[in-house]
Amino acid sequence: MFYGGRWSLCTLFSELSDCQARMKPAPFTYYAPESLDEALALRAEHAADSVLLSGGQSLVPMLNLRLSQPSVVIDLNRVQGLGGIAESNGGLAVGALTRQRTAERSSLVAERAPLLAKALPLIAHPAIRSRGTVGGSLAHCDPAAELPAVMLALDAKLVARSASGGERVIEAADFFEGFLTTSLREDEILTEVRVPGSPAGAGAAFHEVSRNHGAFAIVGAGCVVQAHEGTVEDVRLVFIGAGGTPMRARAAETALTGQPATAESFAAAARDAAAELEPSSDVHASATYRLNVAEVLARRALTEALEVSA
Amino acid sequence: MNDVRLTVNGVERHAAVEPRRTLADFLRDDLGLTGTHVGCEHGVCGACTVLVDGEPARSCLMLAVQADGLHVRTIEGLADADGSLSPVQEAFRDEHGFQCGFCTPGFLMTVEAFLAENPDPSDLEIREALSGNLCRCTGYDSIVAGVKLAAERLRSGVGVPA
Repeated sequence: MFYGGRWSLCTLFSELSDCQARMKPAPFTYYAPESLDEALALRAEHAADSVLLSGGQSLVPMLNLRLSQPSVVIDLNRVQGLGGIAESNGGLAVGALTRQRTAERSSLVAERAPLLAKALPLIAHPAIRSRGTVGGSLAHCDPAAELPAVMLALDAKLVARSASGGERVIEAADFFEGFLTTSLREDEILTEVRVPGSPAGAGAAFHEVSRNHGAFAIVGAGCVVQAHEGTVEDVRLVFIGAGGTPMRARAAETALTGQPATAESFAAAARDAAAELEPSSDVHASATYRLNVAEVLARRALTEALEVSA
Repeated sequence: MNDVRLTVNGVERHAAVEPRRTLADFLRDDLGLTGTHVGCEHGVCGACTVLVDGEPARSCLMLAVQADGLHVRTIEGLADADGSLSPVQEAFRDEHGFQCGFCTPGFLMTVEAFLAENPDPSDLEIREALSGNLCRCTGYDSIVAGVKLAAERLRSGVGVPA
């Protein structure tokens, strides 16, 4: 175990004792605050030296692999009042600590935010969703993750708090800035996401391609379609795995609104939307493959969303 | 070191642990419950799956300190005290739902939770439910058969120990 010029007998012995004691993560100071004020004070004090532990399904792998070596871990799981789903202005107020599995089982989510209900079962596996949280996924901001795309499509508002600044409400369009990067400040904690209710009768669908069920999406498309007497009244279309952030196809949405809800118009919208994407190539797929599949998935999602709309 | 008090397979346990200790390592090395296997140790393989307050969870992706006050169930908690197998274990054995057995504890705990929630699953639902657990030996068909048999027996009560 050679770490640059810092190798010494001490580091060797420390590594050996780590191996013997089976410690995967590097040492850190652990706090498990029970109130939000306490958590915010810790966040303000430790800022960039700290990480927030929510569901831990992305963070703990990085700790175990020592890709992340924070000096302080602030565990939010004991903070009172950060979990739960409530009705809010016809939509939903989802506490950041709400487990994905809880949201998946919620009839309120199915009723008010069908796109969210369609996306949740696609996130990894039940054993991941039972720990993984809604807020954790949003703050982590993986471009292949479903929940950031859902919030972008639904124009959700993300609520952040800090010890010094109080509450700040951030539009989803301003929240997801880049690969694993959000507009959350170092002293802020995401506390809630407010999801506007989808109109009654709107249909939603989320389609993705992954190596196997539950694996990270190579590329995916989600949409909400509201049609009246064969005409598209409102449409939202988003992609995952197709850029550095979740991507919303605003131009294609605008072009499709007011058009007949037909296979032809959906095919055109999917083609136009895919043309705006800038996916990258990696070990799983080339950019060209992602573009082709994105168009197909968008077409299928639009078609299914119309079918399930009332 | 942090104090951790939790219930494992119905028994209250108490230990002092470093906060960076994963629940999987805590179960194996501090409590001696080596039935929970660690494979990838970053949440991909599912071998370390246990039930935390009844829900399946990757014990490699939880810190032991996070289990303070919670109820954990491991593979050691499936069979009866007299050693008679649980219905899911019995069905896996009857259908040869394992070969080397390394992945088996994770599969059994996953299936235990799955059948409690969905007692009459379709083949597709079974395969989706198992998709978070890797097996490099069987090719999965015998595991799926084991889940189907367990579900049938649990529904009918036939072949299930009283």
